[in-house]
Amino acid sequence: MPRVDRTLRGASAVVGIADDVSPTGELDRTGRALEVAMILEALDDAGLSLSDVDGVCHAESSMGLAEYLGIHPRFTDSTMTGGSSFEVHLEHAAAAIAAGVCDVVVSVYASTPRSDRTQKRPVTRRFPGGPNPMAEWEWPYGMRMPMGPYALAASRHMHQYGTTSAQLAQIAVSTREWAVRNPRARYQTPLTIDDVLASPMQSSPLHLLDCCLVTDGAGAFVLASAGRARSLRKPPVYVLGAATCHDHMMISQMPDLTVTPGTVSGANAMAMAGISPAEVDVLMGYDSFTITALLHLEDLGFCPKGEGGPFAADGKLGPGGSLPMNTNGGGLSFTHPGMYGMFLITEAVRQLRGEGEARQVPGAQMAVAHGSGMVLSCMSTAVLGTEATL
Amino acid sequence: MAGTRGTDGTRGNDKPVPTRMEPPVGADSAPFWAATRESVLLVQWCTDCDRGIFYPRSFCPMCGSSGSGLEWRTASGRGTVYAATTENNPAATGVTFSNGEPYVVALVDLEEGVRMMTNVVGCPTDDVHVGMAVEVTWEPLTDGRQLPLFTPASGQGPAAGPAGGSK
Repeated sequence: MPRVDRTLRGASAVVGIADDVSPTGELDRTGRALEVAMILEALDDAGLSLSDVDGVCHAESSMGLAEYLGIHPRFTDSTMTGGSSFEVHLEHAAAAIAAGVCDVVVSVYASTPRSDRTQKRPVTRRFPGGPNPMAEWEWPYGMRMPMGPYALAASRHMHQYGTTSAQLAQIAVSTREWAVRNPRARYQTPLTIDDVLASPMQSSPLHLLDCCLVTDGAGAFVLASAGRARSLRKPPVYVLGAATCHDHMMISQMPDLTVTPGTVSGANAMAMAGISPAEVDVLMGYDSFTITALLHLEDLGFCPKGEGGPFAADGKLGPGGSLPMNTNGGGLSFTHPGMYGMFLITEAVRQLRGEGEARQVPGAQMAVAHGSGMVLSCMSTAVLGTEATL
Repeated sequence: MAGTRGTDGTRGNDKPVPTRMEPPVGADSAPFWAATRESVLLVQWCTDCDRGIFYPRSFCPMCGSSGSGLEWRTASGRGTVYAATTENNPAATGVTFSNGEPYVVALVDLEEGVRMMTNVVGCPTDDVHVGMAVEVTWEPLTDGRQLPLFTPASGQGPAAGPAGGSK
């Protein structure tokens, strides 16, 4: 057995959060103005100010952000792993704080794809630098992005394990049950399995309602050392475990389309936290598509490999169920601005603070925020807990 | 044959119009694309660990071998569908190669043990399924290279499975 490193466990805590979404799917603000608003709101939530910040995370350029903010951080992280970027930021920031590099770190995200379209704003598409094997080995075949890779994974899971479209649909239905209780969610009307199955087939076997939204959205979190956290405005939400793994960038290089690197990040994060899946009160599992969430259930150990379909089919992921998942309404019904991982963290923190309002999971003490980036490529798992879990 | 240009430097009328995004040639894949001009499917091979490498690289990502440990082998062209999706909304992808009709994007496991993305063509989209035996077919690109596509295996029927590998 490898030694489990507990250096990070309880060394830092989320002390401030903010997020901005709208049932219209569109926000008035955009760009840096929206990012700054989120940072200031999250700092205010913590009872901190910009002058307290000595670490900055941003999925494009932490330097550009810090310059705009007028701060001079000594911890900087521009990691971009797609939707899991913010779980990776949390992990890196927790490690930096545990190592004494910095004391108060902010991570922020703002993206307005929906209003960019309706307002006809000029948008620059960015691709990672360096050689791009996707252009050579995938793009010629016309795979729809990002839907196609998930459709391929679903086709393989169905073939290998007999997973059905109705079982996938139940995940969308349970997630919508949460969104019904969230007045900020994009979609708040109940959904049935038949609704999902009757929605237009996109990249088969995925129906339109198996797919996440395209909405504006923004958020931020503030992570501080445990010592600092205890003197701040809100109850600290401690980082108990954090781990990341990626095993491909493009889907044709994924070793097994039914097994994500979440098997590694999840096991390592839970080992660091010293918990088993059964102890998790709230699961925030990135739901870019229904199949994405199903794979998390298996790979994080909530059910055996291949049994995610039957596991979800009884509705246990919805309100009152034994495994509340995506209690804000998820990427499927709440918001999905492109890199949704920020909202996994803000919702997990709200649940652990007891700020979940109509969707509050009673007595929630332990939550997992599990980010999935690119095309099932980079998984990053954070185990978060209240003071009682330390 | 490459398209010709008018003497004034503008495109001549016989310039082929691409119907899909044509692949660039990567730093390590020139032999692969050169062979496609002769309808030959090559797989990069590591002679040190005796495994196929895809996509082509400057070293073997499985054992670390480089240089003399790497060679090119002719693939059988036979494979099995590992995963498949029918794109029912071609307008969303911007491609024109299917003339607006649904088309199949698949991952195919070659007999040589490597996996590549492709389109499965030559049969109704509903006929394509995971586990289906397929064989390579070629679609000309505008510069004389050809793109490897796959079509249902002929003759052998469903027996042409994933087993084997050319050693």
